[in-house]
Amino acid sequence: MRLLQKNIVPIVFIVLCTIGFHYSGLSWMFFANDLMTRLARNSFLVISLIIPVLAGMGLNFGIVLGAMAGQFAAFITVVYNLTGITGFFLACVLSIPFAVLFGWLTGILFNKAKGKEMITGLILGFFANGLYQLVCLIFIGWIIPISNKALLLPSGIGFVNTLDLKIWQYAIDKFYVFKLKGITTPLLKYLNNINFPVLTLIIVALLCTAVYLLFRTKLGQDFRAVGQNRHIAEVAGIKVDRVRIIAVIFSTVLAAWGQLIFLQNIGNVQVYGSHVQVGTFAVAALLIGGASVSKATIGQALLGTVLFHALFIVSPLAGKNIMGSAQVGEYFRVFVAYGVIGIALALHAWQRLTKKE
Amino acid sequence: MTGAARLEMKNISKQYYGNRVLKGLSFSVNKGEVLSLVGENGAGKSTLMNILFGMPVIHSTGGFDGEIFLDGEKANIKSPEEAMKLGIGMVHQEFMLLPGFTITENIKLNREITKDSLLSKIFGKPMKWLDLPAMKADARQSMDTIGLGIDEMLPVRGLPVGHMQFVEIARELDKKNIRLLVLDEPTAVLTESDADKLLEAMKILTGKGISILFISHRLDEVMAASDKIVVLRDGEQIAETRPSETTIDRIAELMVGRKIESGEMVGRPPSELKDDYILEIRDLSVAMPGERVKGVNLDVKRGEILGIGGLAGQGKIGIANGIMGLFPSDGDVKKNGKTIKLNAARASLDNAMAFVSEDRRGTGLLLDDSIEFNIVATAIQVQGKFLTPGKVRILDSQAMTGLATNMIQELDIRCTGPGQLTRRLSGGNQQKVCIARAIILEPNLLFVSEPTRGIDIGAKKLILDHLVKLNRDNGLTIVMTSSELAELRSICDRIAIVYQGKLEGILLPTDSDRDFGLMMAGEYHKFHGKEAV
Ligand SMILES: Nc1ncnc2c1ncn2[C@@H]1O[C@H](COP(=O)(O)OP(=O)(O)OP(=O)(O)O)[C@@H](O)[C@H]1O
Ligand SMILES: [Mg+2]
Repeated sequence: MRLLQKNIVPIVFIVLCTIGFHYSGLSWMFFANDLMTRLARNSFLVISLIIPVLAGMGLNFGIVLGAMAGQFAAFITVVYNLTGITGFFLACVLSIPFAVLFGWLTGILFNKAKGKEMITGLILGFFANGLYQLVCLIFIGWIIPISNKALLLPSGIGFVNTLDLKIWQYAIDKFYVFKLKGITTPLLKYLNNINFPVLTLIIVALLCTAVYLLFRTKLGQDFRAVGQNRHIAEVAGIKVDRVRIIAVIFSTVLAAWGQLIFLQNIGNVQVYGSHVQVGTFAVAALLIGGASVSKATIGQALLGTVLFHALFIVSPLAGKNIMGSAQVGEYFRVFVAYGVIGIALALHAWQRLTKKE
Repeated sequence: MTGAARLEMKNISKQYYGNRVLKGLSFSVNKGEVLSLVGENGAGKSTLMNILFGMPVIHSTGGFDGEIFLDGEKANIKSPEEAMKLGIGMVHQEFMLLPGFTITENIKLNREITKDSLLSKIFGKPMKWLDLPAMKADARQSMDTIGLGIDEMLPVRGLPVGHMQFVEIARELDKKNIRLLVLDEPTAVLTESDADKLLEAMKILTGKGISILFISHRLDEVMAASDKIVVLRDGEQIAETRPSETTIDRIAELMVGRKIESGEMVGRPPSELKDDYILEIRDLSVAMPGERVKGVNLDVKRGEILGIGGLAGQGKIGIANGIMGLFPSDGDVKKNGKTIKLNAARASLDNAMAFVSEDRRGTGLLLDDSIEFNIVATAIQVQGKFLTPGKVRILDSQAMTGLATNMIQELDIRCTGPGQLTRRLSGGNQQKVCIARAIILEPNLLFVSEPTRGIDIGAKKLILDHLVKLNRDNGLTIVMTSSELAELRSICDRIAIVYQGKLEGILLPTDSDRDFGLMMAGEYHKFHGKEAV
């Protein structure tokens, strides 16, 4: 009973997904393949949220800035035509300085707005998006010269809407499994038909291990201490503000890499759009996995990614089959994403109130 | 540097928002000495210690004036971190433990033992592994020093308050560079036997050359433990003396600035109270960790003041907590003949019962709200009082302020006015706010646990007198749980003694010390061979 109560959110979503899957009429094979792809390309972004949650800063909507950092790095590789797997990893390296800078600034801002990090992060995302557009629309080609005019709008100023990333699309995803021959066991044969992006999965697994291990270090312990009670941590001599800034930097860098992994799978970047919903979608996924504003685990992040995207896959078709319109499913999906965030935040506020009583 | 005192504080002054709370204090402590600070609630003791420890609250409110010298060297302490580097340790008046961490993690907080990792070579300390086995061993060692026998890997959440206090002390003991230890009312949440253990531990420390600044409202402890006593009143240093040169009465007088007549017993003989029961408790069990109740039968007479006494851990604390629905409980409790629902805090409040918990640091003042709002908060929520009549009900702030002002006077809450934030009250005055909050509910049955813990001698009498007044004038029935026998005997009509989770017997305040001693130890019936009154 307790177990059920504790995990009610993921359970509800498992039920929803099952129903949706049933009505969508999708084949298992298609569903599994699509889900695998989405898991590989999105989980990094969701995992990047864990550290700030444990450091007591709530859900870091500021990862949008991380996504922007990733995109800046991607632009550089496009402009200099850095291709293939080297190009991709170079993009990862190039994104670090941007992400560290953005994370540092975000962290400073969060320290000025302690206790209101989530709303601050959300607003910061909008604000940063404005600056981002300023850079991409006006500075590019004007202050920052670009020789390849094909990347620019006809006026010669500002990036075009969509930049092709074929140069390193599937840079890491293309390392599919072993399509083994001669397997007869039914289940294995079945699994053998799914495309596992092995390298991507390994990278995600490494990241999970790294986050897990991080919390066994001094820094991780400081994160947790600060997350429980800033005042007590400070009295114990922990440099609270610094620890919080580091947590945000970690999160932002991970989000930048997450965005790059996402882009290398998609194969192009919507200059003015790819990053916009990164924050809300990742947050919704984490919450669906059963995390809360103050507690999150790697398992929840992964489970949440699976459920959230399973819903993504099935809802348009299910909507069409049930209601006769794919739009309804689409609405439902967006409604769910924002609804989950809203409920989680309300629950959080309510819990804080009752704790005070 | 021979001859320099371990600590010298010179001409220390401090203002909070224009309110002068310390007015030029100077004193010194030598190596291995214990200096006690005594003074009324709000006299400035904690503030003085917060200055010494570089607490953020001091520096975010404009710092302080004066100089601090440690072993003859001027110390400029701006943060707790710097204080710790200088070898100053502090056990704060409010708990400084992280509930989600284990005891070990708390003891080693920010002083974790680490091992090199691959990344630590580049990024240094933050990337080192925690060495949990070594941390456990250290924690175990300091816990053993003070006789804290519980598992070092238990989470702090859910520990009884007494244990938490010892965990804090163990944490300070674990700091190897300590020269000076500040203990701000460490015994306030301890029972007398635990407090004795603590005083023993202090002796071990001073034996090692550590100097201790000790704050307590229990003057007998102060007399027993200190080398020097500094008396504060309203932020001024009234006297500096030694236990050999003074008496408890004299100190009390200095603190309060007037003579305190010792309270006589006001309990009434059994013949004055009718056998009319407001509360009948049958077979009550309460699963309160460390204070388990295992089948108590007890009747409370209408209009009496009933005391509940007993040694620590025997379950006396659990009874009120169980009836008020704060811990899981089982059994049959009837109020005015009607069974009340257990395990339902709200139901107890609706039944015109109120509770002042012994764990006031844990059960919630709204620190960022005003005194007046705190006093009426529960009344608003539970009874809808202090709201204007009509459909849209808003806070009737006039009524609220009037009532709060009244309570502030009655209980002598030292503050700048009813609108002051409770965060800005001294610890003892925060506790008075808790008591006021319960009284405002106008219950007909009031449970109070350890009502005078952490309250200065002068205010203590005031609070007990106020309870008696409520009882006599309004006919309020009071059940008071306390580990101070003297306090129980001064105002109770009957005193129930709890032993091993069960009612051992009921004594009158006039019964002999010996009877009380025997009953608390569970030996009474062997000697007397008869049921108690
Ligand atoms: N954060 C604060 N802001 C404003 N005033 C404060 C603050 N903390 C304490 N004060 C005021 O300073 C005075 C001294 O308080 P302090 O806590 O030092 O008293 P104390 O001697 O420790 O009393 P107690 O025995 O009750 O713990 C009180 O008048 C209190 O109201
Ligand atoms: Mg104090």
